[in-house]
Amino acid sequence: MSMRTVNFTINGEAKSVQAESRQLLVHCIRETLGLTGTHVGCETSHCGACTIDLDGEPVKSCTMFAVQAEGKSLTTVEGLAVGGTLNPVQEGFWEEHGLQCGFCTPGMMITATALLRTVNEPTETEIREAISGNLCRCTGYVNIVKAIQYAQRKMHPTPAPEAVLQGGD
Amino acid sequence: MTQTIPMTSSAIGGMGHSMKRKEDPRFLQGKGNYVEDVTLPGMLWMDIVRSPYAHAKIVSIDASKALAIPGVLAVITGKDLEAYNLHWMPTLMSDTQMVLPVDKVMYQAQEVAAVIATDRYIAADGAAVVDVEYEELPVVVDPFKALLPDAPVLRTDKPGKTDNHIFHWEVGDAAVTDKAFADADVVVKQDIYIPRIHVASIETCGCVASFEKTEGKLTVWMTTQAPHAIRTVFALVAGHVGLSEEKIRIISPDIGGGFGGKVPVYPGYVIAVAASVLIGKPVKWIEDRMENLQADSFARDYHTTAELAATKDGKLTALRFKTLADHGYADAAANPSKFPAGLYHICTGSYDLQAAHVEVDGAYTNKPPGGVAYRCSFRVTEAVHAIERMVDIMAHQIGMDPAALRMKNFIEKDQFPYKSVLGWEYDSGDYHAALQKAMDIIGYDDLRREQLEKRARGEFMGIGISSFTEIVGAGPSKDFDILGIKMFDSAEIRVHPTGKAIARFGTKSQGQGHETTYAQIVAQELGIPMAHVQVEEGDTDTAPYGLGTYASRSTPTSGAAAALAARKIREKARKIAAYLMEVAEEDLEWEPGKFTVKGNPEAFKTIQEIAFAAYTNHPQGMEAGLEATHYYDPPNLTYPFGSYICVVDIDAGTGQVHVRRFVAVDDCGNIINPMIVDGQIHGGLSMGLAPSLYEEISYDEAGNCLGGSFIDYLVPTAVETPNWETDKTITPSPHHPFGAKGVGESATVGAPPAIVNAVVDALWHLGVRHIDIPMTPSKVWKVLRDHGVTG
Repeated sequence: MSMRTVNFTINGEAKSVQAESRQLLVHCIRETLGLTGTHVGCETSHCGACTIDLDGEPVKSCTMFAVQAEGKSLTTVEGLAVGGTLNPVQEGFWEEHGLQCGFCTPGMMITATALLRTVNEPTETEIREAISGNLCRCTGYVNIVKAIQYAQRKMHPTPAPEAVLQGGD
Repeated sequence: MTQTIPMTSSAIGGMGHSMKRKEDPRFLQGKGNYVEDVTLPGMLWMDIVRSPYAHAKIVSIDASKALAIPGVLAVITGKDLEAYNLHWMPTLMSDTQMVLPVDKVMYQAQEVAAVIATDRYIAADGAAVVDVEYEELPVVVDPFKALLPDAPVLRTDKPGKTDNHIFHWEVGDAAVTDKAFADADVVVKQDIYIPRIHVASIETCGCVASFEKTEGKLTVWMTTQAPHAIRTVFALVAGHVGLSEEKIRIISPDIGGGFGGKVPVYPGYVIAVAASVLIGKPVKWIEDRMENLQADSFARDYHTTAELAATKDGKLTALRFKTLADHGYADAAANPSKFPAGLYHICTGSYDLQAAHVEVDGAYTNKPPGGVAYRCSFRVTEAVHAIERMVDIMAHQIGMDPAALRMKNFIEKDQFPYKSVLGWEYDSGDYHAALQKAMDIIGYDDLRREQLEKRARGEFMGIGISSFTEIVGAGPSKDFDILGIKMFDSAEIRVHPTGKAIARFGTKSQGQGHETTYAQIVAQELGIPMAHVQVEEGDTDTAPYGLGTYASRSTPTSGAAAALAARKIREKARKIAAYLMEVAEEDLEWEPGKFTVKGNPEAFKTIQEIAFAAYTNHPQGMEAGLEATHYYDPPNLTYPFGSYICVVDIDAGTGQVHVRRFVAVDDCGNIINPMIVDGQIHGGLSMGLAPSLYEEISYDEAGNCLGGSFIDYLVPTAVETPNWETDKTITPSPHHPFGAKGVGESATVGAPPAIVNAVVDALWHLGVRHIDIPMTPSKVWKVLRDHGVTG
């Protein structure tokens, strides 16, 4: 198999890695770079455990090749905290009990962080739709929604009326 | 025994505080350590060749093309394992299942061969070119047909086996029950199928097996809920090839969800161990999602004919259930060995029934083995589904409100401890209070009025109740064992000289938050701040022996052990405090964190001072140190309960069921961490919703799995999941050391019948009596069409 040199930035650090042309990006991240916070749950883009941020968009790294990351800027769960301080989404997940086994959590937080970067005050429905590509088996999503709302309040402290969760469809 | 728990300060963080979880910082920063994260020097990868057929003879296996690939080191087949007599292994139910087949395969996706290579991609390349020639055999997928006299006998490996029947089990008095039915005013009867489903934890199963030849030591990092039991099973299965229990170390690191699916020993684990032993290098095996859904143990698959008898004014008099259990090709359930149908005979539920008879038969089919749980305690979900459906059918049949019928028949609060007619002793309960609370929260009477108005307009709105009784915390050693090992569990606490502590347990958290809740128990009992209590589980070299975490047993067993170990420590601390203050032991009073001299609040010793003295200034003649271990053999099971009310609206045009509201009132006795209990109930409700509306592993006539990927197996997302409304009552367990009962699975057990009852309640006036789960839009739409609704 042919090896290629791939250059990208991950969590703010420039990297140059050797990757087989067929290597999945998630395996490059986990095994070549040793960043094991990004998980694999299905290899078919359904569960979202492998979600990373790629140039500002949440993407599923199990269905991208490593070579497709050439020249891109990647953020994984390891890059969310800044200077050892949890970002508002991480803090929200801790405060609101938005995680149990922790396996889906990195992908879920990457998706949530991307949402809050682009939408200032997402409604509950918008939050639920935004995370609908990330499966969680433990929490029943209620506390994940609350965690994202917590982060939203923290990032945009304009007082908003206390939301009452409506649930999904 | 008083079961009122004094509230500690938030600095101590004992029971009742919603302490943030101690395990979360690592998960939030990508620093969890799951099995797939384990990498060892020289580690090899394993990929598995699987059968495309549900039943076929293996004519030949040609591995030459795979072995020609650079990097492929070995291809292991059943014949290789047969040389060591490792091609079969026992199941937890004392049946047998193949590790790798020698002559035939018994289900689609069964393991046929394993490729060992230097890289995961090369291993997959090798698996793709192993050439297996099959000769198809007749397939049996229907358990009823499996028991017909002309059905092909599947387990030809069993000498003298002439049919596909596994077991017959019954409980209750048939004659008394028959008479009660004969005397009844009203009898309702319904066939209920609870289909095969899969836990689908987001982390699949896998292991890293590392055999160190020089020392003869095997270490296995493994996705297991029961590491000690696995160690013993490995020693029993492979003792004859030199694996000895003191040289086996099972490490269950962070686990990405278990729900019962990580209790069994799967062939992949055993093959990886064999490969590591044969090759002398570490071997990693991580199944992909399709392997997980198609080959790992399933849950449910119970076909029940249920009957319920009552007087015309709604007093329930008798119950009769006859069930056929489809176990796939092997009985690989994880039930206590005395109970082939688990705790299914909790099926008289929350009702004071005086006659009941239950029969269960097991059958072999060409499907993956199992009968493990899906977040429930040994078939309790099947039992609760059947009784809660039947109570609703009875209520509708006699024209009584389902809530009123339940209230009329509940076991009364003052009847506890209550001996059920099928042999259980319910520890405590207040069923009327829980249902009343749920009705008050949801506004039951208003909803019934709204339903009538909507029905008049031709809209389909339903209200469903489920008032379940759980049975968890297995279990008392006189009745409960797995492969002969009694179902106690353990805790070991060591208090360090500076007053901090480490506590180790025989259980294994998979997301339940044990590092937090166990620390809170120790904090409650010793007054050491929970922040200073380090909790460890999952390493058989360090943790005391235990049976693991499943069936909501951790708090009822290891939690109890933690409290009793802490109380042993407290008694020693009392002696040390008395020595330090030169008073008699009986002159000391305990409050969490210190012993005070009675009548002299200024004279006290803190637990930290006492801990220091235990190592620096302990009484002559007393052993140094401050630690204790307890193996807890529960005197009884615990019986959590609750009442759930679900409101649905059904789209007449599409058949889609919309869960508008769902109120869950749970009672799990005294609570360690309210935040975590709420989280457990949210998750449990979601895993009750999932099989009710979406999930099913079904098979076509050729035995092809029709739910074998996340395209076909619909795990609910945040969009389908409603906002759960939770509340509680608290009825402590009288026999548990701090009155707790266990809660992890209550909601999965209780939720499905509430949802089905709501849907049938919406459609009863059309003549609809029952709908089997999952109630998918197409299934409900067909029901509507068949009852003259055209949308």
